[in-house]
Amino acid sequence: MADTNQLKYIYSLRLADNAWILSHRLSEWCSNGPFLEEDLALTNIALDLIGRAQAFYNYAAELESKGRTADDLAYRRNERQYYNNLLVEMPNGNFADTIARQLYTSVYEYYFFMSLQNSKDETFAALAAKTLKEVKYHMVHAADWVVRLGDGTKESHEKMQQAIDNLWMYTGELFEADKTDTALAEQGLGVDNPSLHSLWEAHIHNVLEEAKLNTPSAEYMQTGGRQGIHTEHLGHMLGEMQYLQRAYPDAKW
Amino acid sequence: MATDTQLDLWEVFIQSRNGSHHMHAGSVHASDRKMALQNARDIYTRRGEGSSIWVVPAESIVASNPDDADMFFDPADDKVYRHPTFYVMPEGAKQI
Repeated sequence: MADTNQLKYIYSLRLADNAWILSHRLSEWCSNGPFLEEDLALTNIALDLIGRAQAFYNYAAELESKGRTADDLAYRRNERQYYNNLLVEMPNGNFADTIARQLYTSVYEYYFFMSLQNSKDETFAALAAKTLKEVKYHMVHAADWVVRLGDGTKESHEKMQQAIDNLWMYTGELFEADKTDTALAEQGLGVDNPSLHSLWEAHIHNVLEEAKLNTPSAEYMQTGGRQGIHTEHLGHMLGEMQYLQRAYPDAKW
Repeated sequence: MATDTQLDLWEVFIQSRNGSHHMHAGSVHASDRKMALQNARDIYTRRGEGSSIWVVPAESIVASNPDDADMFFDPADDKVYRHPTFYVMPEGAKQI
């Protein structure tokens, strides 16, 4: 496979992994939401993410052209072969933890897909434009909740601040750029990831300020997703997500 | 009696396409206007049912009393001449 195709394959696979893993996390809220309407809101977002994952897995499979399908990529890889950011595999925790994860992720994705829709790769550009509409809603949903909880009761304020602080160290990784990122950005095919950091931080700061919450300042950041090095949480998730395909390969409904 | 911990009730009206009426679709619970609109969007339009949504606090709706039904509605039963059935429908008019 041509070199650029190999890079695009990795890129598409990562985007799919990020959507896929977060989708599963949100689907864990199904029937556990704080109330019926919010249960549906979270699982709706999970479904948006499944659609996105499927599109990027399909494209990755096409770029790889080794006869693997989107399902093979989603269900038949080991933990070290997943390249999602650590942030999206973080457990749901309480509702504030989930909302903090949603805020950090969706604001990042907003700027990421804004940029990717200008990609010279037509498929990336088209998928980015479609995804952007969904992400805008995810971002509004998360930001509204952060403000409601942050500027709510004493208890909701404390839990929201705790969640914002706890997940902060997983946000640095979002803006990393390895060889794949850099090469594709230079060719106008991918996003100049580090350049999004200041936009993201300003956006997050505005939301937190409106929510009467403090923006964390800790500088230590976790890393590993791009190398397939994960927290202990991903293995447990994959155990559940891949069970059927592992126990009954090629099972059909 | 158990305390009602539900959020406020809002009634939801959906317009299925431009030009048509907003029709009552159901209700949602929400703590504020934005949440009501978002919850309505997630529950009633996620399969492509709508192009516009109204949400109205349920307590703002004034409803007729079932006890008044005979006074309110029965007198209309035998006034067939109030139906404009003697006009020819203009061609091309789809919604009258």
